[in-house]
Amino acid sequence: MKIHEYQAKEILRQYGIKTLDSRVCFTLDQVSTAADELAYPCVIKAQIHAGGRGKGGGVKLAKNKDEALLHGKSILGMQLITPQTGPEGQPVNSVLVEQGCQIAKELYVGVLIDRDKNSVCIMASTEGGVDIEEVAAKQPEKILKVWIDPVVGLMPYQARQLAYGLKLPDDISKKIVRFLMPLYTAFINTDASLVEINPLVVTASNDIVALDAKIAFDDNAMFRQTKIVAFQDPTQDDPREAMAQHHGLSYIALNGNIGCMVNGAGLAMATMDIIKHVGGEPANFLDVGGGATQEKVTEALKIILQDTSVKAVLINVFGGIAKCDVIAAGVVAAVKELGLHVPLVVRLEGTNVNKGKEILQQSGLSIISADDLLDGAKKVVAAAAA
Amino acid sequence: MSIYVNRSTKVLVQGITGSAGAFHAEQMLEYGTKIVGGITPGKGGQLFSNRVPIFNSVEEAVHTTKANATVIYVPAPFAADAILEAVNAKIELVICITEGIPVLDMVKVKRAMQGSHSRLIGPNCPGVITPGACKIGIMPGFIHKEGHVGVVSRSGTLTYEAVFQLTNLGLGQSTCVGIGGDPVNGTSFVEVLQAFHEDPDTHAVVMIGEIGGNAEEEAALFVKEHMKKPVIGFIAGATAPEGRRMGHAGAVISGGKGTAKDKIAAFQEAGIKVAPTPAEIGITLKSVYG
Repeated sequence: MKIHEYQAKEILRQYGIKTLDSRVCFTLDQVSTAADELAYPCVIKAQIHAGGRGKGGGVKLAKNKDEALLHGKSILGMQLITPQTGPEGQPVNSVLVEQGCQIAKELYVGVLIDRDKNSVCIMASTEGGVDIEEVAAKQPEKILKVWIDPVVGLMPYQARQLAYGLKLPDDISKKIVRFLMPLYTAFINTDASLVEINPLVVTASNDIVALDAKIAFDDNAMFRQTKIVAFQDPTQDDPREAMAQHHGLSYIALNGNIGCMVNGAGLAMATMDIIKHVGGEPANFLDVGGGATQEKVTEALKIILQDTSVKAVLINVFGGIAKCDVIAAGVVAAVKELGLHVPLVVRLEGTNVNKGKEILQQSGLSIISADDLLDGAKKVVAAAAA
Repeated sequence: MSIYVNRSTKVLVQGITGSAGAFHAEQMLEYGTKIVGGITPGKGGQLFSNRVPIFNSVEEAVHTTKANATVIYVPAPFAADAILEAVNAKIELVICITEGIPVLDMVKVKRAMQGSHSRLIGPNCPGVITPGACKIGIMPGFIHKEGHVGVVSRSGTLTYEAVFQLTNLGLGQSTCVGIGGDPVNGTSFVEVLQAFHEDPDTHAVVMIGEIGGNAEEEAALFVKEHMKKPVIGFIAGATAPEGRRMGHAGAVISGGKGTAKDKIAAFQEAGIKVAPTPAEIGITLKSVYG
């Protein structure tokens, strides 16, 4: 789960991390008041669930009230396209109006899970304010890392390793240590999966300030993070992805015309691969999950069929924990409810496969059945092209 | 012979009275797996399916039944606790099926397991099966066949797909291991490959990976340096758009690392023949073995 910059900063402040004075604004009137209160120059920042906002024209400096209003007007309500959004961009429903500041140095700090080391890793670099992937590729020695033992948490010596490793003046290093300790606590306490402060700035008055803040959370842990869940902003999600999530389905919209419903992420990816291999283009990734119920399957098929670009649908289910008869019953229920306007190819195998095939046959629906993965992919690509 | 599980493996089922636990305990019993006990706190003393004793704790169950393996079906919020309860009871093999465990819980579990003698497989995995001898997990038993091909995979259903293709070609399996799709898990590809390498009854190996992380690259290096048995592979997600999460938390590509292209190149570099499509996993193995 992702949140906005202003929400991330709200969390960081709760842990004693310094940010600049700022106001979140949903209307131009609010922008006007906020800019006056914060004084000029101030910065108007679009709030969307994606990075690269500056490159898309979503971050502007206002030297006076006229500029604040001009930028507020152009940014609020815009559909912001950045290198990290899709081609359709994300809607900007709020802006963060933030105090300006004199920057002496821009640093980078990131906290994430390192799957190779099975632990939380904190990264710090003097190369702040730029794309960290680029730094990692070109100058990996400029990124310092420490790995945290979950039993004792981040130890002060590790924070010092990072802070002094950046080779900054002594008083700045001490302030970085005092910034890192609560940052790690915030990461753990909120079940974050990624915290990025880019840039972390050293101001002209030698303060350490989180100028930007990006936090993503572990969806699997949100059952115990009710305060974080309240930060959710459905306007930033694809409506079909949001609906899928609501029903416990994993769905990602893509650009093709073949709707896919598969059980298991690996098989779902493999199904997309083979559709492409035989010349088709998947319209989505959809994993109905292990414990697929009839309702889940019905909702999944509804989401697929509501996508007007879908010209044919492939259901590929290899029953394990999911049972083919349950899947089949869900398919029949969904088709009866919604009608079927596009060809539907179904491939069933595994647990209770015969019962499942029987249900489909007895339903009297015009379903194209497939013998195996390749057969299913070929049939659905042919059906979509017809 | 086989790896990890065989005819004499004595299995406990944690969460045996839940809906998934109960259904799959029945399936495992039907397959012939030696289920010696179940655990549901508060239901100790009862019987599951009129024959399997239920215990309140893993320790009690191990003491009474001498079980050496356990399979976990408990819901995600309680799964880390269930894993460590099994580790504390010194069970050799702990298989966790549960999907959706918070990653920071798994970070703690890994740390707490340091120095223990238990092997954790999973979480978020289909389990382990030695065809004809012992099935622990959620895989459909009937698609498997006794034989000499070892199968190791990060995916659940894609493993069934591969196994089904092998069986249809008459290629039986020694053991099939699903290591799970989560970013932090118990057993790595390399550890399973090592076990297949040492198992005289495994003559060839199928390895199924997916985008994200670095595990396939490490596995390829191991194969290159140590394995003489033929190994073939497949990587799911070659056509997945970059930076999007595809169900498995592990399957996130960032900055050109963990892409299907990199992994396929690593496989080929190690002499691992790669199936061009998921429908050709069986045939690809047949081309190098059998």
